Amino acid sequence: MKFQGRKIYQGQAEAEALVTTMGISFYGGVDPDTGMVVERGHELEGQSVSGKVLVFPSGKGSTVGSYTLYRLKHNGLAPSAIVNAECETITAVGCIISEIPCVDQVPIGEIANGVCLRVDGELGTVEIAE
Amino acid sequence: MKLSSEERAMLDGTHSKAVQKAMEILNTLGTIYGAEKMIPVVSVQIAGVSYANLGEAGLQFLSEMADGGGKARVLTTLNPAGMDIENWQALGIDPEFAANQERVIDAFARMGVVTTCSCTPYLFGNVPHFGEHIAWAESSAVCYANSVLGARTNREGGPSALAAALTGRTPAYGFHLHESRAPKVTVVVEADVNENHEFGALGKAIGQKLEAGGKKAVPYIQGVSNASVENLKSFCASIATYGGTALFHMPGITPEAERYAPPPESFSISQAEVEAALDEMNDAEESEVDFVSLGCPHLSIKEIARIAELLEGKQVKKEFWITTARPTKHISDRMGYTAVIEASGAKFATDTCCVVAPISGRFNALATDSAKACYYAYAKNKFKTRLLPFDEVVGEALR
Repeated sequence: MKFQGRKIYQGQAEAEALVTTMGISFYGGVDPDTGMVVERGHELEGQSVSGKVLVFPSGKGSTVGSYTLYRLKHNGLAPSAIVNAECETITAVGCIISEIPCVDQVPIGEIANGVCLRVDGELGTVEIAE
Repeated sequence: MKLSSEERAMLDGTHSKAVQKAMEILNTLGTIYGAEKMIPVVSVQIAGVSYANLGEAGLQFLSEMADGGGKARVLTTLNPAGMDIENWQALGIDPEFAANQERVIDAFARMGVVTTCSCTPYLFGNVPHFGEHIAWAESSAVCYANSVLGARTNREGGPSALAAALTGRTPAYGFHLHESRAPKVTVVVEADVNENHEFGALGKAIGQKLEAGGKKAVPYIQGVSNASVENLKSFCASIATYGGTALFHMPGITPEAERYAPPPESFSISQAEVEAALDEMNDAEESEVDFVSLGCPHLSIKEIARIAELLEGKQVKKEFWITTARPTKHISDRMGYTAVIEASGAKFATDTCCVVAPISGRFNALATDSAKACYYAYAKNKFKTRLLPFDEVVGEALR
């Protein structure tokens, strides 16, 4: 299955999907030194975003979150790619400065946790690999 | 997005690596928000200055932008840093943190950013006039610039504000457009608000009601007949913190209000609701207070004069931070206020504030007149709070 979304930031990645129906606040919600989701009560609490295609509806919280993505990238702990239903400023800017492929306007409800996803940021496509 | 030939050249990397990255950020944001073009900005305010928030990677990003040829094209000022740049030792700041904070300031300075380090640029020198397009981060200053000055800005983050500084552009969407500035909901204030802490409580009450309704609606606020600059800076900080509000209209006080009729949809704020908001920010007992701070947002010279008057010849009994901007501190020095305040044992924490300094867990309870400071004291630093009238906050330090 292949979805045509919208390019936010270029680059290709193929990795396991980590999917949540909850918004993510990178500042305070993800530990830049471990890659773990630390927001209390979050569906992904205690799981690592590192190396995954992180799939979530939209970002939230403080604009400092863009720098959290950048810190993750420099610590080698960033997601391989990000897929959103609707990307907002914090995630978009974070992906641009950290050079993380990012696509939005994808029906994320049709993506199951753990499947292998192929993301092409330039073309804005997300494909579930068989 | 239609780009001019110069903007296209910026995006293609003709200017410098830093300008290219900056234009990539702006072009993408413009696309996401459906902007048709870029517009020139005359002023920028950058947030994300405290090393506590940036970390080593954030600092590295700023250094790369400076090394990559980034230079501010328009007047650009900075948000508060994590410490008083000239007097951090007195505030108990770790020397390693201080060294890193200085590297952050240095990176900005190399890009030609004016390193005032304050959340109130509109009090000294970075003061856009009515209708001017600007790109400001710092939610309280965004709200003040849009509402009180009638300038036009979205709520920028640190990198997007920096991008605007290095290109002199911002995508034309949101509050830059006339139609986005119209009020959508009328708020009828039926409470008596006079002092900073009451304006803060009112901002919290309105902000939370707007949030709860799931509306990022621009409010048209009736029933406030009088507000000083200091009251408004307190109100802006609070409604932005608790409601995410970037623009409000207040007839008789803000310049764009007269363009509009009150929207039919409305809600009211009663005296009891303002008092409930005050109560929520007063969870500390008087005996628990071990930290006192005034200056969120940064103090005006009028407020510093009042503190000096109240502290003259007295000794404070608690850690008391007076947080303000460097230019305001210079006037305070010249007027002799600084000498009076420091003789009392109170400390100037210039360039910084109790929200961004690395003081998590250092105190039990904060006394302040700022509703915004209460929010961060609780959420970030794990302090209880007492929200009091300005003069009583000084009294708390003397007790």
